[in-house]
Order: sequence, then structure tokens, then C-alpha cells
Amino acid sequence: MTTLQIDHVSRWFGNVVAVNDITMTIGPGVTGLLGPNGAGKSTLINMMGGFLAPSTGTVTLDGQQVWRNEAIYRHIGIVPEREAMYDFLTGREFVVANAELHGLGAKAAQQALATVEMEYAQDRKISTYSKGMRQRVKMASALVHDPSLLLLDEPFNGMDPRQRMQLMDLLRRMGDEGRTVLFSSHILEEVEQLAWHIEVVVAGRHAASGDFRKIRRLMTDRPHRYLVRSSDDRALAAALIADPSTSGIEVDLAEGALRIQAVDFGRFTALLPKVARDHGIRLLTVSPSDESLESVFSYLVAA
Amino acid sequence: MYDPTVARLTYRALLGRRRALILGALPLLLIVISVIVRALVGADDQTASDLLGGLALATMVPIIGVIAGTGAIGPEIDDGSVVYLLSKPLKRPTIIFTKLIVAIAVTMVFSALPTLIAGFILNGNGQQIAVAYTVAALVSSIAYAALFLLLGTVSRHAVVFGLVYALVWEALFGSLVAGARTLSVQQWSLAVAHKVAGGDLVTSDVGLPTATVLLVVVTVLATWYAGQKLRSLTLAGEE
Repeated sequence: MTTLQIDHVSRWFGNVVAVNDITMTIGPGVTGLLGPNGAGKSTLINMMGGFLAPSTGTVTLDGQQVWRNEAIYRHIGIVPEREAMYDFLTGREFVVANAELHGLGAKAAQQALATVEMEYAQDRKISTYSKGMRQRVKMASALVHDPSLLLLDEPFNGMDPRQRMQLMDLLRRMGDEGRTVLFSSHILEEVEQLAWHIEVVVAGRHAASGDFRKIRRLMTDRPHRYLVRSSDDRALAAALIADPSTSGIEVDLAEGALRIQAVDFGRFTALLPKVARDHGIRLLTVSPSDESLESVFSYLVAA
Repeated sequence: MYDPTVARLTYRALLGRRRALILGALPLLLIVISVIVRALVGADDQTASDLLGGLALATMVPIIGVIAGTGAIGPEIDDGSVVYLLSKPLKRPTIIFTKLIVAIAVTMVFSALPTLIAGFILNGNGQQIAVAYTVAALVSSIAYAALFLLLGTVSRHAVVFGLVYALVWEALFGSLVAGARTLSVQQWSLAVAHKVAGGDLVTSDVGLPTATVLLVVVTVLATWYAGQKLRSLTLAGEE
């Protein structure tokens, strides 16, 4: 059992607060660190990996301090976001070097390469690898010493769907084996497909924590706003407001449209076309007006 | 203290990229000039000493030192690949010490060896001039590698600072202000060379005991400090 404990951690760069008083516990299984770009995820992961000192607070792994503690890397595997990785080596040379730096040999390296299914390209130079291949070789280098904690910073960035699925399978397997796996992402769907547990960070603050289903429900249950144009806005408004799935409608004269706030997402999306048909109203525009990730996150913060 | 894997990675990074071309170009230039001078002037001890002192020791050795010293760690820190060394249970001073050994070896091979060859071309090692300057190049290789490795660890503009030190401080400032010469790796190594050559062809503004102490102190301090800096190296995120 490996537990990563982040205790009242803050980090600022000059006047900018990147991470603001975050406390979280990352246990075995797959945890997703979710947040929009610039939320402080990388800063947080860098502190978890011991590459950045917290301005205040502590990061510990099973009670041991992470910062300035080289011995801790026997237990941690790191997949950084940055691309650079000794491009002049072949994949095999790179993973062997990583194994040697852990005091291990070519056998451990070979095993790690097999785990990520990169044996077929192991003798090619890393500079010729695609993004997905690089990502997998990085994974192999992180797995070579069989770590109990795996930290991955935006591991799916730039991967094609097939590579994404392969990596997800691999991470799921790692989690099932009882390892503590933490990955960061700014994409809801990635986190939803993979993580058992999620931590949401917004603007440097810890916005939500827990079971992804609960948080996902919060996200889908939030009031949705739609902009709707039709052949008869007022008649449509009157018919919609009669249903409890709609909590408010504004007739926007300037836009020539309705601004509708729906509280029950599922019911409203079924209701709208039905009501329109029943009343002989033509729908000209139906567009969600707040689907951006930032609005989802800001709703979560408020909740 | 020495890790063969770190050494291998450092060698390949140093000698694999375009850096190797620059490393090879200067020694080649020195040898070509030596051949031309020998052909035009013939074997002349004073000329040999001027060329080895002015071109080899004052210009080539520090520039090779800058390229090898900063190149042994700077690019890795710049592009972030140093994370693969830092995320290992390796003592940070071990990483620095290993990279220092590599930087010293590369500087020696690309500066001391050509100096020796050029010396033999110029006057066939008359009055021990070739050997004396080669010893000076060997000695200064150590100090330069340590200094510039530290610079590569602490600054993203290490090459620029290194060249400013090598060319402005050592070459220009040193020739104008007498005091600056006491704080010059070149002068310290010349003190050692003077001991080897004897006579008045190779001279230094610094005495041998002072030079030896300063060489050791600078090398040890720079290496120790680079190890400390690496221990608390911060890898900035992409955000």
C-alpha cells in the first residue's frame, strides 16, 4: 500500500499563486487529477515528484518527505509531460540506461519494453518515434524498477485514439495490481474512462474530490443554458416553462432568441423537440451556451 | 561517486550533436595555423610560445572548456531530459562528479592533445615548450570544466556567460588590468607550465604555490556547489 499525502501545500512563483493550500490523499488505484489548462496540475505533479519545493506544506510518500530525498525514487515512476528524452538513443538504449540508473540490468529493461509493447521498435532511434511511441517508451522507463507509485503528467496529450486506449488499458492494469497511479488531464472524458477516483483542481485550488460518478453527476445535473431560436419563441417559452425540467426562460429581444435554463438535462433534451412538434413550432437554433470546460469547473467550485 | 551510465549518456550527448563539430574545428584550426607558421617562419621558440600561449591556451582551451563544461549538463536542464537522471535514487553530487570527469576528459582530448601536436609542429618541443603548454592545457582543462559545469547548472545562458568569461575576462581584461590576471585560470596554468619549461619563454603573473591552491580551491568549490544546486534544481512546469 502506497499513499501519497499532500498536506496544506501551496506554491507561488513571485506574486502568482499556482497552488493554493491543497490537501489530498492519493491511495492505490487510478486517480485522475482533473482541471483546465493553467489550473496548477503540473505544478502539483512536480511537487509530488520532488522536482519543486512547496512554498508551504509537505508532500510525503508513506510518511517520507519527497523533496530532496533521492532514495524515494526507488518507489516512484515518473512520466513527464515534456518531450525531450535523449533522442540520440534507441528506445532500448534509453530504457536500459534508466534501468542501470536504478541499479538494474537489461532484463528489467526488456520486461518494461514488453509491458508497453514497444519491442518491435526498440532498436530505432527515439528521434524517429511518433508521439505515442515516445509516450510508451517513457512509460517503460518509469516502470523499469516496478514502482509502487506512478505519476503521469498529461499522458494522453497528442495520442491518437488507439494509442490512448492501449495506454488506458495499461494504466488500468497497473491500478488493478494495487499500484498508486496518478495522472493529470484537462479532458473530462479521459478521466471518466480511466479514473476510479478524481481530484479536481481549478485556479490552484482543490475544487472537488471523490468518486468520479458522483462528480460526473454534479457536472451533468448542473443547470444547462441554451440559446434557442424558433418560428414562435413566445409560444415555445410558454409550453416549456410548464415543465419542471425548465427553471427559467428569458426572451432576448436583441438576439431574437430564447435563453433557457434547464435543471434536468436528460428530461429537457427529450422535451424540447417534442413540445416543438406538438405545437407546430419550427426550431431554428438550439445551442448550449455554457459548455466550455471552464464553466463546468466553475460550477463545480461553486457546488 | 562515478556512475558509468551517467557518463555514457553525457559522452554521447556531448560528442553526438553539432557540438562535436565545433569541438573539432578549433583544434584543427590550431594545427593548420601551426603548419603554416612553421612553413613561413621555420622553427622558432619565441613564435611557438606566442602561438601556443595566445591561441591555444588563451583562446582554444577556454572555449573548448565552455562547450564541454556547459554542454555536459546545460542542454539536459534546458530541455527537461535531466528529469530522467533526477528521478533516480542517485546522489546528486555523483551526477555532477561524473559529468565533471566527462567534461574534463573531453576538454583535455580536444585542447591538450592538439596543443601538444601543434607544439611539435612549431618547434619540435624545443625548450620543452610543447610539453609545458600541454601541461598547462591539461591543468586548465580541469578548472575550466568545473567552472563551466557549475555555470551550466545554474544558468540558462551558460554558454554566453562562459564565453564572456573566457574571452573578455581572461583574454582582454587580463591583458589590461594586472590584478585580473591573479584571478585567471590561464595564469594559474601558466605558473605550472613555467615550472615545466623553466627559462623565460613561458611566464606567469602568479606564483606556483598560489596557482596550485587557487586551482584546487576553484575546482573543488565549483563542483561542490554544482552538486548542491542540482539537489534543489526546480523543473518548471509547462504551465
